[in-house]
This record gives sequence, structure tokens and C-alpha cells, in this order.
Amino acid sequence: MSAAVTFPSSGAAYFSGVKSALLSVFSLVLMGTYIGMGALAHAADLSSGWLALSTMLVWAAPAQLIMISAFSTGGTLFEIALAVTLSATRLFPMVVALLPLLRGPGTRIRDMLLPTHFTSISMWVESLRLLPAVAREHRIAFCNGLSVGYMGTAVTSGFVGYYLAAGLPPLLAGVLLFLTPMSFFLSTVHNARMMIDKLSLVLGLALGPLLAYLGVQLDLMWTGIIGGSLAYAVHRVREATQ
Amino acid sequence: MKAAVTEWGPYLVLILVGFLPNEVWRIVGLLTARGLNEDSEVVIWSRTVATALLAGVIAKLILFSSGELANIPLPVRIGAAVCAFATYIGVKRSVFAGVIAGEVALLLGGFFFAR
Repeated sequence: MSAAVTFPSSGAAYFSGVKSALLSVFSLVLMGTYIGMGALAHAADLSSGWLALSTMLVWAAPAQLIMISAFSTGGTLFEIALAVTLSATRLFPMVVALLPLLRGPGTRIRDMLLPTHFTSISMWVESLRLLPAVAREHRIAFCNGLSVGYMGTAVTSGFVGYYLAAGLPPLLAGVLLFLTPMSFFLSTVHNARMMIDKLSLVLGLALGPLLAYLGVQLDLMWTGIIGGSLAYAVHRVREATQ
Repeated sequence: MKAAVTEWGPYLVLILVGFLPNEVWRIVGLLTARGLNEDSEVVIWSRTVATALLAGVIAKLILFSSGELANIPLPVRIGAAVCAFATYIGVKRSVFAGVIAGEVALLLGGFFFAR
């Protein structure tokens, strides 16, 4: 690994994070995703302010998609809460994997609150890729800047999509909704350099739809636990035999 | 909790079933992650679980689509995903090129085969 990038101040690290966010492929992805989300919110008779607040507070595109579609297709509060809770389980291992990268000697728990709230797929994938090259004392500021860049892009795009919605033909809206799975798919492939990550990815791709098709309860949770544990087990066996 | 989601105020729904379930998992992660380092076995395992779960979400979004995407037939969606992956591999591992190729394939396929 090359030498860590250091910054003259935390502010400089923060703005470097914002810049990394705006220049990454994920901002294009977030634009597409949240323009599509704006269109859906408009169709569900929600206000543009509601969408902006949900982007800032929930900050998880799958959960927001579940909520917004519930307003147009119905469902009980309990059903939606369960679906969102399950879609959010992925945040737990993400935070567990991210925080050790951020923490330095003397880092207080309240310094970690913002990065914890900001944890989402795009920020997590990019943080894991970029943070190892950033000097440890500037990682939290960099990560917060990165997240604010992404969140600002998402909120702005939500408004754009909301007010474009009236004129957006269904096919283009469908193409926009496809942006989220497509970009998350390719960026996960891109970041899966190690055998263990590639295996987790392939197992998840296969198990997710399979368990859902079989009607297994809590299918996403089991996809993560079974797929991830299998990949981990293979990794341990390979390590032991080398 | 039995009432339809639309009978609750949209902002109450946002806090109860949007914000809280997501934030609880993040906070549990924050409390668990204390004292762990990035090479510890639990953290490696957590990464594999998160990656597999995310991959599961991705595959489900493509195969069991909702909203406007559901109007585009399944073979077109799968074909577009394969096209995106092939382009990513072919064009110097460019995520951007892959995503654009997948979107163009979906647009063309959707245009000719949409229900």
C-alpha cells in the first residue's frame, strides 16, 4: 500500500471527502436512484419535503423504496416495519466492519455517531475502498465529508425527480429504478478483490432470490448469515491448508 | 399496528417504520464494534454477511422488481444485467461503462418488449 494521504486540517479532509463523493460513480447512481424515488414519491401522493426528510433520517434506498411503495400499494404498519427492519439488518455488519477503520487512539464514541448514522451502501463501499489510504487521524472527517456529499446529492435529486415526475414516461422511470441494483451490483463486484468477498457476493446473488422464491421467512437475513458464513468457512479452510 | 399504513400520518410512519428500524441496527453495530479491530475474525465475518445480504437485495431487486421496473419483462432485466457485467469486464473494469451498458440494454429491451 502507498503512503497514507495526510491533510493540513480536519476541514481539508472533510472537503476532500465531499469532493471524492461528488466525483465518484456513486453520485451518478444516487442521482438516478433518487430521481426515480422522487417520481415514486410523487405518484404515492407524498410531499417532496417528506422525501427529503426520509432521505436524511432513513438514508437507505431499499428501506425508502419499501416505505414509498407501501403508500401506493397498501400494507399494514407491522408488515412494512418488518420488511424495513429486515432490509436494514445489513447495516449492522456494515457498521461493525467500518468503525475499526475509522477509530484511532483517543476516538470518542460520540465522534462515531455521525459516521454510524451515515452508514449506507454507497458510503460503506467507498469508505472501505478509500479510507485505508487516508491518515487515521483524518478518517472520520473524510468519511463525514464523503457522506454529506452523497446525502446532498440524494436530497437534491429527490426534489428534481419529484418535480420531473409529471413528465417522466413509465419506461424511463423503470430504467431509473434499474440504476440502483445495477450500480450496487457492479461496484460490489469491483470491490470484491479477495476470494472471500467474491464468494460472499456469488452466494448472496444465488441465495437471495432462491430463499425468497421458496417463501423462507426472513429470507434476507438468512441469505446474509448462510452465504456470508459459508464464504467465511471456505476462507478459514483455505487459510488452514496453506 | 393492524391499520393500513396509509391511515397513519406519513411523518409518523417515517419515524416508526423508516428511521427507527434502520437506526437501531446502526447503533447496535456501533456498540458491538467497540474494541474490535479491522482484522479480527468477527469483523471479517461481518463483512461477508453484509456482502452476501447486499448481493441478495440486488438479485431480488432485479428478479422480483416492483414499480415501473416490473413492467419490463424478466428476460430483458436479466439480459441487461448480464450485458452490464460483460461490459464491465470488457471495458477495463469500468463500473460506469458497465452501468451505462446495462441501462441502454434495458431501455432498448423495454422499448421493444415492454408490456
